Amino acid sequence: MAISRRKFLTSMGAVIGAGTTGTLTKAYGATKTGFKGYPESFGVLHDITRCIGCRKCEQACNDVNKLDKPERPFDDLKVLDQKRRTDEAVYTVVNKFSGTPDVFVKKQCNHCQEPACASACFVKALKKDKTGAVVYDESLCVGCRYCMVACPFNIPAYTYNDPLSPKVTKCTLCLPRIQEGKLPGCVEICPKEALVFGKRKDLIKIAWKRITQSPGHYIEHVYGEHEMGGTSWLYLSGAPFEKVGMREDLGNTPAPELTSGALGTVPIVVGLWPVLLTGVYAISKRKEKIADEERKEAVQKATDLATAEMNKQLSQLKNKLTKEKDTAIKTEVKKALDAAAKKAAEAAKAVEKPLAAEDAADDDTGNEEE
Amino acid sequence: MTKENITAEKQFLTPFNVVAGIILLVGAVITILRFTKGIGAVTNLDNNNPWGLWIGFDLMCGVALAAGGYVTSSACYVFGLKKYHSAVRPAILTAFLGYALVVFALHYDVGRPWRLPYPIFYSQGTSSLLFEVGLCVFLYLTVLFVEWTPAAFEWLGFKKIRAWVVRLTMVLTIFGVVLSTLHQSSLGALFQIAPSKLHPLWYSGYLHVYFFISSMFAGMSMVIFEGTLAHKWLHHKMDETHLAEAEGVVLGFGKAASFVMMGYIGIKLIGLAVDNNWHYLTTGWGLWFLVELVGFVLFPAILYGMGAREKNTTFIRIAAFWTVLGIILNRLNISVIAFNYHLPSADRYVPSFMEVGTTIFIVTIGLVVYKFIATRMPILYEHPDYKEHH
Amino acid sequence: MEFFTLHDFMTYSKGITYLIMGAILVFMPLYWLYLTDRDD
Repeated sequence: MAISRRKFLTSMGAVIGAGTTGTLTKAYGATKTGFKGYPESFGVLHDITRCIGCRKCEQACNDVNKLDKPERPFDDLKVLDQKRRTDEAVYTVVNKFSGTPDVFVKKQCNHCQEPACASACFVKALKKDKTGAVVYDESLCVGCRYCMVACPFNIPAYTYNDPLSPKVTKCTLCLPRIQEGKLPGCVEICPKEALVFGKRKDLIKIAWKRITQSPGHYIEHVYGEHEMGGTSWLYLSGAPFEKVGMREDLGNTPAPELTSGALGTVPIVVGLWPVLLTGVYAISKRKEKIADEERKEAVQKATDLATAEMNKQLSQLKNKLTKEKDTAIKTEVKKALDAAAKKAAEAAKAVEKPLAAEDAADDDTGNEEE
Repeated sequence: MTKENITAEKQFLTPFNVVAGIILLVGAVITILRFTKGIGAVTNLDNNNPWGLWIGFDLMCGVALAAGGYVTSSACYVFGLKKYHSAVRPAILTAFLGYALVVFALHYDVGRPWRLPYPIFYSQGTSSLLFEVGLCVFLYLTVLFVEWTPAAFEWLGFKKIRAWVVRLTMVLTIFGVVLSTLHQSSLGALFQIAPSKLHPLWYSGYLHVYFFISSMFAGMSMVIFEGTLAHKWLHHKMDETHLAEAEGVVLGFGKAASFVMMGYIGIKLIGLAVDNNWHYLTTGWGLWFLVELVGFVLFPAILYGMGAREKNTTFIRIAAFWTVLGIILNRLNISVIAFNYHLPSADRYVPSFMEVGTTIFIVTIGLVVYKFIATRMPILYEHPDYKEHH
Repeated sequence: MEFFTLHDFMTYSKGITYLIMGAILVFMPLYWLYLTDRDD
């Protein structure tokens, strides 16, 4: 419990560290020290310098796993002239690398400490077992073949020609046999002890002991001790590993770490995008609202102004009209008065015809005053 | 009446329908072969090359080019660019069809397609980026379907349920952007687990960022490209709003795409610098990388820019088509061409005729369904009963 | 809960993270509604 809590805190620290530095990959590197693999897990040490290329391991593997018999028998060593890889009916192959002497290298699933295939599998069909075996559960497999993309050693194969129940195939480390207390088929049959089965931690010690005990016989490197975070199969070689078909450019980063950066950004996006996007939405909506209000206000103002102007003009017009009317009336009154005065004067002058003149004057004044 | 019947018959035997019919027939034959004889019978996939054209084109390019859905809907609804409103429906429809076809294509590619719901409902491999992709594609397909339903409801006349869905627009749009960000980027991150297999010029710790950013201009370019095609073939289905807004959409998206593409080139250069990969540029792979980056990103970006400045829609339409090709090139480079670059040429993958045939078959299904929907439902025009509802 | 491999740890921790992500996606829109439903 104490250990798990410490681990938990370490990882928490890493996550916090990741949050502040922004480099999740590095942060997970810190937690890597917390995961050393299953302590009692098994492995196999393959001493390449001892292999004679007899293909007996291939045959044993074929028998144990009840695979289809190949066209050419296992004692046909001409098969070695071609470079081969594992496929749906072959879980292990021995390849020959010409030289003096020829070098024979057995190839099969390396049962990584941090399997890339398991990390890639989206249905947990591949798992690292506590025995060290990377096991495949056919009943879960969808057949996406991402494990094959992920495997740095190009090991998993697929039964492409099976329409109904295609599956991934690869070495099982003979897990059923291990559980019965037996050795893996290939290890048991090897006549030259080129394969040694044991606890992985012991195998590493044995490997280094062999290197130190026979100076110059081996390259000073145990392949698989650190490659891709370490593998359950370990290799000793006299020739450079790159020369015998084993990539030395894989690096020591465990597979889950390679994708942890991208995986780490996922929850952050989910956490922050809704906040940011809703914020942007709220701002754009508010801007729209303000623009709307401003438009309304502007329209209101314009209308008010126009109304005021109109009223002013109207009243001016009214005033003008009233004035004009007044003036007109005054003028007319004056005219009428003048005319009346004139007529009165005329009437006074013509007293001898008073009746007719007085009638006309009355009529005129009446009309003008209306 | 007789005259109408004759025209109906004539319309049915159009060159489009004849060619599409032949392709669908060939596709049906390949489909039968695939599901009776196995994947091996129709593809050139092998144990070294587990992913081929069906993943590289149908999945990778399909998803990238369907990004127009989230780009357009977020531009209109989230960023408030209402002038793009008439482009939203066609973009959503294309995105929905795009994703539906991606899932359809996956049924051919995976070994046991009836187990496709397993990662979501049965056994969750949460450490896998493919789980992330699967979950998001599943959710986003649902979101796109719901976003598309108002068009169908208008066509069918279901007013109440339509109004109810329309009220969800905002939430759906934001969900769409979140889910798109996640799975667009995760598709790139899928390859981060295989640094020993993907050429260093394409492999990067930023692969997920590259995929997300490039999905934006992929989406915009696709909206312009499809718009061009739709104008050619379905012009009569467009209403005045759509026609009036179309040029604005082309100019606006062209300008935006150009700018995003320049930013993308910037982060690609940063990626080169961070991993110190400059020396690869002088190799054959480097030349191919430059063809992709200069020929299919920088060149269309400039063409877009000139088009946007000069208000030249022809430039923009050419740039859009060019960018779509560039996205296809980029996705194929990462998933097929520069993947397993270290293998001897005898072990490299070249798609079989039947794989190519299946891909053409699936694209054709998309075209036929789009045509079916766009000629019937209010996609390129607003339904008269529901105008001014936005 | 003790983990021997980084892979197991990530499967477990990401599993919980996904659940939280789901909760966030449900909660945030509802909380936004709570914040804004009294606005005019």
